[in-house]
Amino acid sequence: MSAREDFDGSPPAKLVIEGVSKWFRTARATVHALDDVTLHVDEGEFVCLVGPSGCGKSTLLDIIAGLTMPDNGRVLADDRLVEGPGRHRLVMFQESALFPWLNVFGNVMFGLARRPDLSSAQRREIAAYHLQLVGLAKFKRAYVHELSGGMKQRVALARSLAPDPRVLLMDEPLSGLDALTREQLYSDIQRIWQSRKKTIVLVTHNVREAVCLGDRVILMSPSPGRIHEEFRIPLSRPRDINTPELAGFAQRIMTVLKGHVSAEVSE
Amino acid sequence: MRRILVAMAFFAALVGLWQAATMVGGWSPVLSPPPLSVAEYLWGALNDGSLVEASAVTLQRLLIGYAIGVIIGLPLGLLSSASDFFQDTIGTLALGLQTLPSVCWIPLALLWFGQTEGAMLFVVIMGTVGSVVIATSTGARSIPPIYSRVARTIGSEGLDKWTRVILPASLPFLISGMKQGWAFAWRSLMAAEIFVTILTGFGLGHLLHYGRELSAMDQVIGIMLIIVVIGLIADKSLFSPCERFMHRRWGTGVTQ
Repeated sequence: MSAREDFDGSPPAKLVIEGVSKWFRTARATVHALDDVTLHVDEGEFVCLVGPSGCGKSTLLDIIAGLTMPDNGRVLADDRLVEGPGRHRLVMFQESALFPWLNVFGNVMFGLARRPDLSSAQRREIAAYHLQLVGLAKFKRAYVHELSGGMKQRVALARSLAPDPRVLLMDEPLSGLDALTREQLYSDIQRIWQSRKKTIVLVTHNVREAVCLGDRVILMSPSPGRIHEEFRIPLSRPRDINTPELAGFAQRIMTVLKGHVSAEVSE
Repeated sequence: MRRILVAMAFFAALVGLWQAATMVGGWSPVLSPPPLSVAEYLWGALNDGSLVEASAVTLQRLLIGYAIGVIIGLPLGLLSSASDFFQDTIGTLALGLQTLPSVCWIPLALLWFGQTEGAMLFVVIMGTVGSVVIATSTGARSIPPIYSRVARTIGSEGLDKWTRVILPASLPFLISGMKQGWAFAWRSLMAAEIFVTILTGFGLGHLLHYGRELSAMDQVIGIMLIIVVIGLIADKSLFSPCERFMHRRWGTGVTQ
């Protein structure tokens, strides 16, 4: 009956990335960004892509979003070919990219305007619910420049969640924040992921962050961007980034990552 | 309040300096009249209605020419920001127009339209369009590309993206483009009024022109003052509210 119940309905999607390759050609050079990347993401799974800069992790995210087209291979979301951006795969960017001409509430409403099936009262209710979810109900009338970095990313999270996408793609959403704010958002993101059941792909260069959030951590290697190794993280949720078990997993991944980087250097 | 007092004190000091200069300088009062005789002229012109009438005629021409210039310039500016093709064609043309002093349009306008309102309007429009196009296009090109990416992922494309993302995101640049256009329209119109001597309306530029013909320096300076004051009032009443609105949202500019 309420909009909230309506909106819990949309099931998380399954993603299939098959043999995706991508080259970027500039006037001076051709960069092989991704080479034959294959990855399956289950419904409701939380997958983190980590790797050194230049490993193509953000490019892969853009391709899943449909913002960039692969040169080879394809991406399927719920068995449907991804041919462009769509509202069932929303992206949260590193910069919050909130619109300064709208206040906080207007920003969350922005994504809902593309839902002709909803009445305006339902839209307002959904936006208010998502602001509540990220703990910013009191700031709905604030302007973007009045918010802290962490608050901006919370609004961006609410804006991405409100249209009820099946997949949430996050491109280093927390890397610009201070450690304390980040830890708060780790628990918020886990709580929201568990309650809203979304498929999430998160890109980060922070291995601990990946272990803290992901069911699976995909380690990528650069030049050309490839999947190097996968790690399943069987820790129970909600996870605290400061526990020794979590640090142990992160340590193992770091060792592989460093080994790979130093092998690259000595070649 | 305090800022208003400071500004008033500043201008009072300028008038004082002017008065002192005319007293000490020993120049002919015909060529450099003291503030009082300029004030006398203005008071007289205000009372006999000629000043109000000339201002009304001038402002009407200005508003019409400016409005047409903006209506032509804004879309062309947005268009030239949208692709390299339009940037290289329309953008280059506008840049050329902007560098051409608007006085240069007057011989052409006189030959095409004769001594008419049309000639006047033409000069104002040609003076306005180029600067509006350039300011708008430069502005729209500096919108962070991330806004467009966000719009696309949310499913806002085409017209919807333009009206709900590109246009509001370019608001700061639209305002500066319109402000720039206003300044150029004002300059063009004054040039036109001094050179196009038609009888359909007697504007401030004409008063300035005849002030020179009659060697009435108090009239020349008085009208120049009026032109400055109208420019200031237009800025404070038309553009300042827009800028304040924008600064409040964007968190830019100096806050009180």
